[in-house]
Amino acid sequence: MSETTTHIPAEKARIGAPSIPGFTEEGEDLSPINDNDSSPLAGASTKAHSHGGGVGVPDSSRAGRLTSTNVDDFAKLTGREEDWRFTPLKRLKGLHSDDLTGAAPKIELAGNGIAKLSVVPAGDALNGVAHTPDDRVSANAWKFASETHVVTIPKNAEGANATLRITGESPAAAAQHLIVVAEENSEATVVLDHVGSAVLAQNVEFDVQANARLTVISLQAWEDDAVHASSQQALVAAGASFKHIVVSFGGDLVRVNPSARFTGERAEIELYGLYFADAGQHLEHRLFVDHAVANCKSNVLYKGALQGKDAHTVWVGDVLIQKAAVGTDSYEANRNLVLTDGARADSVPNLEIETGLIDGAGHASTTGRFDDEHLFYLMARGIDEKTARRLVVRGFLNEIVQQIGDEALQERLTDTIEEELAATEN
Amino acid sequence: MSTLEIKDLHVSIDTEQGEKEILKGVTLTIKTGETHAIMGPNGSGKSTLASTIAGHPRYNVTSGSITLDGEDVLEMSVDERAKAGLFLAMQYPVEVPGVTMTNFLRTAKTAIDGEAPKLRTWTKDVKEAMSKLKIDADFAGRNVNEGFSGGEKKRVEILQLELFKPKFAVLDETDSGLDVDALKVVSEGVNRAQDENEMGTLLITHYTRILRYIKPEFVHVFVDGRVAEQGGPELADRLEEEGYDRYLNVKA
Ligand SMILES: Nc1ncnc2c1ncn2[C@@H]1O[C@H](COP(=O)(O)OP(=O)(O)O)[C@@H](O)[C@H]1O
Ligand SMILES: [Mg+2]
Repeated sequence: MSETTTHIPAEKARIGAPSIPGFTEEGEDLSPINDNDSSPLAGASTKAHSHGGGVGVPDSSRAGRLTSTNVDDFAKLTGREEDWRFTPLKRLKGLHSDDLTGAAPKIELAGNGIAKLSVVPAGDALNGVAHTPDDRVSANAWKFASETHVVTIPKNAEGANATLRITGESPAAAAQHLIVVAEENSEATVVLDHVGSAVLAQNVEFDVQANARLTVISLQAWEDDAVHASSQQALVAAGASFKHIVVSFGGDLVRVNPSARFTGERAEIELYGLYFADAGQHLEHRLFVDHAVANCKSNVLYKGALQGKDAHTVWVGDVLIQKAAVGTDSYEANRNLVLTDGARADSVPNLEIETGLIDGAGHASTTGRFDDEHLFYLMARGIDEKTARRLVVRGFLNEIVQQIGDEALQERLTDTIEEELAATEN
Repeated sequence: MSTLEIKDLHVSIDTEQGEKEILKGVTLTIKTGETHAIMGPNGSGKSTLASTIAGHPRYNVTSGSITLDGEDVLEMSVDERAKAGLFLAMQYPVEVPGVTMTNFLRTAKTAIDGEAPKLRTWTKDVKEAMSKLKIDADFAGRNVNEGFSGGEKKRVEILQLELFKPKFAVLDETDSGLDVDALKVVSEGVNRAQDENEMGTLLITHYTRILRYIKPEFVHVFVDGRVAEQGGPELADRLEEEGYDRYLNVKA
């Protein structure tokens, strides 16, 4: 497997101290070029998270990004913006420009009854508990979502299990707003199971309260023509752990932006992702881990397989370790496996570090090809071509599948991977 | 008894400068139970012969034939050749991402035998074969060849040889890059496979030192895509002393 490590422009990599114990990085030269004072990051965190008014400077730092619930605060998209430059706007079907008045996908709750589902109106105070839109599509969804579905995991609950089956039934551009509240010391797995077809801009909030343990699986199993832009934001309180697993394989254009911010110490965030892009598909994942407080731990791993002409995946991983976040331990990686010619994987890890007093921070990005030599080796051992391809892809993606505790869901994913593989073996 | 027959084989590859002929008429017959050494200088086409037997797509057979008990090997796909009993221990085994050794070995064994091996005995067989080849047990959980040293890769090739039990094995410079201890371990593995399975062996090597451990009945000297001379083990001894200069000079 050939490894190519994505080069990171120097201005993206900021290190506040020249020597950081435990700091590791792969395949690049991070140089401490910007000191804290001259960095656009200085004071940036104070600009974040404002409601309305559109505060923030659109600089290259993640913390400086504009956040607002008012769509008009965001300029109309041209496609040249840093966070939209990989996205084919033409295929967004108006999510960024139109009124999102179509019928939102139907929501049904299944599970073991511990988690409760309720609906609150758009103006309810709960909206925004953990989320402020940070791009135009998300703000547009905020404006047009007429109600909010709220899943609540009660305090001290154990083994709560909830699947929200989200079924798209209309090709009209629509907005949707979901909130998951994991109350103190609760433990739950919540699955967002997106099926059917839709043109959907979506905001999902996760309020992970003190000492809660929340696992979320956002499954994009859409029909081929679906368009889905989902902004999923979490606030993770002291002692809590938040595990977020994105699985994207269906839809014409899927763009999921998970972001998670620590609000209390000794908390943990794990962001995992698995995607499988076929010919013509655009699957994009942009994530953000915000180490805003001290002594927290984060781990990010996204793995993707691509096959077919014009299969395109984009992964952008922003990790910000703020000045206050001493004792941080953080790692992010993206690994892509390109199965055929004509597919393209973009992968950009961005690590910004404002304090030298951390336990560790690192990142990696590799894009490997499944090439004829792999195939020859396996076939020379009697394994037919079909099986050889399956063996490699299954093995590659399995690392993420294993993160999903739910056995039935694991099986479904394994089957899906098999189907995806079968699709190009004709 | 089986016979692998190579007749007047011509092989070329596509290069940027156009088609280039590498094998210029190779004829060779090998029977199960026999060991043939193919020796020759670098670039003489030894790996080309090995890869062509295994069916690597880069090599175009322009004329000649390869048959296994009369069956046309050139008509078979790569995996069919392996199932028919041919095995190539590669000069440069590739790393296969995402696939553990355990999974790989079981899948290959199932493919070659046409049925899954009995789990209990299979696990035991793998363990034993690994320990005989002094391969650490934790290699079973690692991805195929990924991060293995050159010597470890070679041992793992021989591990497969012992487990898959082919009729004919082509060993392409399995000895290169091995220290004396590893060379011994690997050679013992090849000898075991020969004793237990009556395997025919085509031992490709640049140096004579492996011939101290694996004894060929036939030696073929390969120069510029042809067999320049053949004989018994004494030919290897002569090469040991004189090197390949004699053949290269004749050519010049
Ligand atoms: N991909 C290739 N492109 C160009 N020439 C090649 C290629 N592969 C092999 N050759 C040439 O073919 C000849 C035989 O190579 P090889 O079979 O590897 O020899 P050996 O194994 O005896 O060292 C050499 O001259 C080598 O340079
Ligand atoms: Mg060679």
